[in-house]
Amino acid sequence: MPGLGTTFGRGGATTAQQDLVNADAILIVGSSMAEAHPVGFRWVVRAREQGATVIHVDPRFTRTSAMADVWVPLRAGSDIVFLGGLINYVLSNGLEFREFVEAYTNASVLIDERYQGPEDLGGMFSGWDAASQSYDPATWAYEGQDARMSEAGHIRGAHAREQGDAKATPGPEGPGHPHRDPTLMHPRCVFQHLKRHFARYTPQMVERACGIPAGDFVDVATRYVSASGPDRTGTICYAVGLTQHSTGVQIVRAAAILQLLLGNIGRPGGGILALRGHASIQGSTDIPTLYDILPGYLPMPVLSEASGSSNRESPGDDSLASYVARYRTQCGWWAYVDRYLVSLLKAFYGDSATAANDFGFGWIPRLTGNHSYMGYWLEMADGGLEGLFVMGQNPAVGGPNAALERKAMGTLTWMVVRDLVLTETAAFWEEQPESDTEVFFFPAAGHAEKGGCFTNTQRLLQWHEKAVDPPGDARSEAWFVHALAKRLKARAAADVSAANAALNALDWQYPEDAHGEPVIEEVLAEINGTTLDGSHLTGFAELAADGSTRCGCWIYSGVFPSRDRNRARERTATGTYGHGWGWAWPADRRILYNRASARPDGRPWSDRKALVWWDAAAREWTGADTPDFNRTKPPDYVAPRDAEGDAGLGGAHPFVMHDDGLGWLWVPSGLKDGPLPAHYEPLESPVGNVVYAQETNPAARMHERPDNAYARPHDSNYPHVLTTYRLTEHHTAGGMSRTLSHLAELQPELFCEISPELAGANGIANGDHVRVITPRSGIRARALVTSRMRPLVIDGRVVHQVGLPYHWGTHGLVTGDIVNDLIPMSEEPNVRIMESKALVCRIEPA
Amino acid sequence: MKTTAFLTDSTLCIGCKACEVACKEWNDVPADGYGWSGHSYDNTMALGHATWRHVKFVESPCSGQTSNQQPTTSNPDWQFSSDVCKHCAHAGCLEGCPTGAIVRTEFGGVFVQEDVCNGCGYCVVTCPFGVIDRRPGDGRAFKCTFCYDRQKAGLKPACATACPTESILFGTLDEMQAKAAARVDTLHARGVSDAVLYDAANSSVGGIHALFVLRGDPEDFNLPANPVVPTVHLRAGWTSAAVASAGMIGGVIAALRYFGG
Repeated sequence: MPGLGTTFGRGGATTAQQDLVNADAILIVGSSMAEAHPVGFRWVVRAREQGATVIHVDPRFTRTSAMADVWVPLRAGSDIVFLGGLINYVLSNGLEFREFVEAYTNASVLIDERYQGPEDLGGMFSGWDAASQSYDPATWAYEGQDARMSEAGHIRGAHAREQGDAKATPGPEGPGHPHRDPTLMHPRCVFQHLKRHFARYTPQMVERACGIPAGDFVDVATRYVSASGPDRTGTICYAVGLTQHSTGVQIVRAAAILQLLLGNIGRPGGGILALRGHASIQGSTDIPTLYDILPGYLPMPVLSEASGSSNRESPGDDSLASYVARYRTQCGWWAYVDRYLVSLLKAFYGDSATAANDFGFGWIPRLTGNHSYMGYWLEMADGGLEGLFVMGQNPAVGGPNAALERKAMGTLTWMVVRDLVLTETAAFWEEQPESDTEVFFFPAAGHAEKGGCFTNTQRLLQWHEKAVDPPGDARSEAWFVHALAKRLKARAAADVSAANAALNALDWQYPEDAHGEPVIEEVLAEINGTTLDGSHLTGFAELAADGSTRCGCWIYSGVFPSRDRNRARERTATGTYGHGWGWAWPADRRILYNRASARPDGRPWSDRKALVWWDAAAREWTGADTPDFNRTKPPDYVAPRDAEGDAGLGGAHPFVMHDDGLGWLWVPSGLKDGPLPAHYEPLESPVGNVVYAQETNPAARMHERPDNAYARPHDSNYPHVLTTYRLTEHHTAGGMSRTLSHLAELQPELFCEISPELAGANGIANGDHVRVITPRSGIRARALVTSRMRPLVIDGRVVHQVGLPYHWGTHGLVTGDIVNDLIPMSEEPNVRIMESKALVCRIEPA
Repeated sequence: MKTTAFLTDSTLCIGCKACEVACKEWNDVPADGYGWSGHSYDNTMALGHATWRHVKFVESPCSGQTSNQQPTTSNPDWQFSSDVCKHCAHAGCLEGCPTGAIVRTEFGGVFVQEDVCNGCGYCVVTCPFGVIDRRPGDGRAFKCTFCYDRQKAGLKPACATACPTESILFGTLDEMQAKAAARVDTLHARGVSDAVLYDAANSSVGGIHALFVLRGDPEDFNLPANPVVPTVHLRAGWTSAAVASAGMIGGVIAALRYFGG
């Protein structure tokens, strides 16, 4: 979530679901929250009952739209025009929350005079390098910032930016002291850049690109934007409907900019709720299953050229000192990156990690290229991989271009699948009898059959107890990884060659229960962090860079503050935010950046919207939430010029992960496709870009090849927009729902949703069998003809949209064609996510 | 024991079907087919022997309706409402049951004793709401138990427990009636002028223990405007039988007098 990370400092939802009841307006965009998050949606229903305006922006009229005050149908893939339209509506009518913007954002900072943007360059930003098909962000930097910082800021490791750790933007109290215009009038200040950049996102442009009539748009804009100011707030909820685009990160950026302009961050009823896909997806980025970050969003070190890397993007990370020099900021909480990393290395390598050997920094694997999801599947398809572990995933159904992925599995020598049921992935060979891949299927324990922790959408760690023993040979993931690690270590112990140095150094000592399962509390204790004598740390402020602390994930430090207190297990909720029920990272702060809920002088913006404020008598921050701020730092604190870390941030700078303590309307570095969001058409679109001459995101990767083909621009063979989604009744790729009768019978068959107009034009009646065809594949589905799908007029032309849920496959109680066979493998430039929410298709009777 | 009731408020229902699933899970109700209906998102279609909660999807204009090429602008209307056994005050099924299998519980609910039911099916035709149903292959009749076992243990029924949006409330009948009336008033005050309470109070079922708040015509939600318990016809039957008997007895007496005269 670098869209949030670069703007605010952390790549997590800024708010909690319970806080939605405090909102005066809720804008749900890129999510059918009632369907995919029905339990969390209770808070939206409550807010609506209390009088909040609920707006749902979606290509389809869904169960969420049915509960909203306003439904705004738009063309899938036009989100930046809609959100940019809202930004322009705010700026051109002077509706920004001026005091908030002036105090808490980088609106006043001047930008390098060499910068040119889409207004000047036909939709491109300055710094484009055609040879590498990427941007050099040097000209996006702040004026007055030195060149070294600028270069250092362009770090790699896409997911690292989830935490917005791109440094290099010296703040008011940071090094370099960029030039500022507090009046926001200078033509090169961020605020004026923003006004100029978004000026073309008019209601008329919204009508042309999104298909929302200008009058309807202004009506919606008026209603949402009114939830702003000292006494009112609004929340934006989004899910993968915003992110699974070739411009996904910039779409989220647009939402984040809007919220900063409206003063809707860090305040009750304000914020951005990033709804995660399923249980512990937030947890799986915090303690990552991603290739380019270490736990706690520490960037994965990169193989240096000296070691043989040809990576031109990075000089590599040879030593701990060079790594820290690169990623450390002077001010803010990334100033302590050395403490986080050394404590992690101590957790990994124990006594083997010493100051003399860089705490084992050299044992961490180095990045050598793109090993993201798309990267390794394409490599596998070309025969480049030997083996694969698949745990808790069903890529044969759930992955983009799933047919390519199934074909790729056939090139493997071996594949291990751990799951509750025999998934299509485990059984892929049934359709490839010629494949030599040896498949090992291990039965997995379900969540009620193992103890442990989920980290939910709002960063909340919740412990769950094991209810029953798993059946037969089924085991937990922890058991499997533990058993694998023990075997690998035993092998390595017999061969002390250099290649095995890391394995031999790995400190792997977990007590086991009667079933051989590692005691999972011990894992949480390691994550929480301890001193070398085993006493638990109470928070990340106690971490040290000298090897005296170990901590498996610094942002989780404090969840297990003493041997007898696992806060994730606590179940006594108090107050609006449920403190006492579970524990939210960081430091049990439920609303991030909540220093912004008070005025610069520390008083609440209003009584109605009070959350955290400065108690002048007690000389500390207090309120209904844990302050996301140094508890005793007074609001009038001015950071000394050379101060470092937290001391380098002033008392009125709420965004404590950023080295200037501000919310970034403008992101000077850290994003690969521009400092501001610009609308580009999806990689496949039936219409041209009416906003700029540049059609698609130049930094996105299409990976075009015969088995990953694309439609030509405006290809008349594929005239309709196709979008995919989930239904309440099923779970993602269906392994956990198509196999259960009580769920399978509720949505037993694959269907596609089309409008009566599209059905009529193609001779299709409700219930007919149809074929939906893209350049990758064609699938069969039943037609659900409904006026909940609506043709839109895009730039004077009627455009139809086709909706497909993607839960079906070849196994289970109910079966159906695999919708993800239709989707290409593409990569958004920042997080390398595929574009599955907006592509093109045709539809015909089957 | 206090008489208990459901209040199902369709204006808060998000159509998630958690009530259907929770009901089947708790009561071990089997699946009853994997047919796709093509009728909105409703593949359950009706209450029956294996469906004791049913979320109805009322979509307007309906799926399948075709129109001309001109894009429309008015918003679709899509309502969801979770139907359930009404646990009538005068329950047709109970009154029609010849074996005593169907009884009224101490909570006021109508309960089918599985071990007594002989599968005669009289209850199926005497239910004015089409709720109770015989299970093919088994023959006996099944319907919502009002989670009698859970209520005995002081728990809410499974459906009301699972509902994420408080669309299904459970409590004493008095409390639910008061809440329902207040809810309709609130909705009217908010401008939702078509909000109605469905409680069948002025019909021969004499009121129900599963109240509904809905928008529009209850018949759109499978709720009949005037549900009739078939046994009300018995009163007329008994009356005419009594008149006929009296006439016959009078005739006999007269005849005896005449012949005996």
